[in-house]
Amino acid sequence: MAFESLSAFLAMGGHGPYVWAAYGATAALLLGVTLHARAERRALLRDLRRRARREQRRGASTPDSHQEGHARES
Amino acid sequence: MWAFIHKLGSPKWFYGISARLSPWFWAAAALLIVVGSVWGLAFAPADYQQGNSFRIIYVHVPAAFLAQSIFVSMAIAGFVFMVWKIKVADMAAAMMAPLGAAMTFVALFSGAVWGVPTWGTWWMWDARLTSMLILLFLYFGVIALRGAFSSRDSASRAASVLAMVGVINIPIIKYSVDWWYTLHQPATFSVTSRPAMPVEMWVPLLIMVLGFYCFFIAVTLMRTRSEILRRESNKRWVRELAGEVT
Amino acid sequence: MPNSDPHLVQQADAVRLFREPEGGAGVAIRATLKRDLVLLMRRRSEVLNPLVFFALVITLFPIGISPDPELLATIAPGLLWVAALLAALLSLDSLFRSDYEDGSLEQLLLSPQPLPALVLAKVAVHWLLTGLPLALMAPILGIMLALPAGSYAVLALSLALGSASLSLIGAIGAALTVGLSRGGVLLSLLVLPLYIPVLIFGAGAVQAAIFGEGVAAHLAILGALLAVALILAPWAIAASLRISING
Repeated sequence: MAFESLSAFLAMGGHGPYVWAAYGATAALLLGVTLHARAERRALLRDLRRRARREQRRGASTPDSHQEGHARES
Repeated sequence: MWAFIHKLGSPKWFYGISARLSPWFWAAAALLIVVGSVWGLAFAPADYQQGNSFRIIYVHVPAAFLAQSIFVSMAIAGFVFMVWKIKVADMAAAMMAPLGAAMTFVALFSGAVWGVPTWGTWWMWDARLTSMLILLFLYFGVIALRGAFSSRDSASRAASVLAMVGVINIPIIKYSVDWWYTLHQPATFSVTSRPAMPVEMWVPLLIMVLGFYCFFIAVTLMRTRSEILRRESNKRWVRELAGEVT
Repeated sequence: MPNSDPHLVQQADAVRLFREPEGGAGVAIRATLKRDLVLLMRRRSEVLNPLVFFALVITLFPIGISPDPELLATIAPGLLWVAALLAALLSLDSLFRSDYEDGSLEQLLLSPQPLPALVLAKVAVHWLLTGLPLALMAPILGIMLALPAGSYAVLALSLALGSASLSLIGAIGAALTVGLSRGGVLLSLLVLPLYIPVLIFGAGAVQAAIFGEGVAAHLAILGALLAVALILAPWAIAASLRISING
């Protein structure tokens, strides 16, 4: 352990704001990327599921070709 | 080998295999990054010159490594797409570009914050920061070019060509910026070029770098799978998959 | 004797008629060079605009910063180089644009001659009518910026060498964006980061000449950059043109 106490750890020898800002920004970005990827995947799966249900209601034999590019990336 | 490449090229096969691999990379990324951060923040000794502000190295250097590696991976993916027409490679390349830009931004931000205690200013035209800034512009160019085409195939091929041109230029840019920097600021000391780092300092750095790489692979796998669903939403296997999930 | 058969003789004649003219690639390259030169000489404003732009930008700096000759002399090398680079960038958008619009670019792509060689001819014309005039004009603007004596020849030489690389690299961007309706700003976004090494060594050469150091190393590196660009860029331009046309 390089620090004696928690307050020394938080202060980082006077460089606290810089160290914590750098780590905070990095953590925020990594988390943001992760959450975005997850949200994207869930939204896509939800869309696909909704489509599948709709098609089932209309009868499984009806092919639907008019949805070309339905879920195009924004 | 060829069979393997062609299998990899099939979105369906890729979707399946990446589902199995992805959790491992997420777990490894989380574990390595947490261990590396705690070690780097609390247990690594302070630098005798810079004190505790040097701990920023544990996020700055991995982000900078990753920023460059992602560009190279993107160019390789573009090459694979152009030569073998493997669509999955292009989907992965498309997903890598924003992540690479984000990593470049993290490297720039942490470098700027690091600059305050070391140089006394938020921005110095330091060789490393300058090449990072140029890399950010290269990423913006690739992203903008991909977005500018209305046909997806043209967009993919144009972005691949630009990524390959960029990757040839990156070392040239890096060396010329280094040369330019030594010409103009010979006296300033560079924060990250230290002669010999003691083991207890570089082991956490290594862990962080590995963790960031795992994170990159995990995110790229996940987003490529999403992109497969998006692009192949009219394919039969995707519909069956959606039906199963219901 | 098969040759005596009149049918066969006729057939051979027909084949010769439909074959490529002798020395296909060489003729095609020369024809492309000549055509582009004539076309550009007819639209003289397109040749003159970058030069006027160059002079104008250089005029802005003393007004915007200070007319102090000492201050101007210190920033002159970089200023001249940046302004010339921007002027060259400005002219890039028209490199393939009119050919794209009137369909002759498609013809170029369809021709049996190697496309990289043909685009190299087009880029050579672009350099001849943009880069070279800019290089020749730079010393005059150098006088206006109080550029120290002894660096004028190096300025012109470094610009002439460097602008050839700029034309080659820029043509990749121009080829990628030619099919887009609003490609202008995108083009500069794609191309400017790639220009940085040329800028560093070009401006560095002029700076070295001012300080009385050897400039051979800088010029050699500029030459090396040009060689690399000459080897790789034509293929990238050709591939980009195919993407833009087919997409």
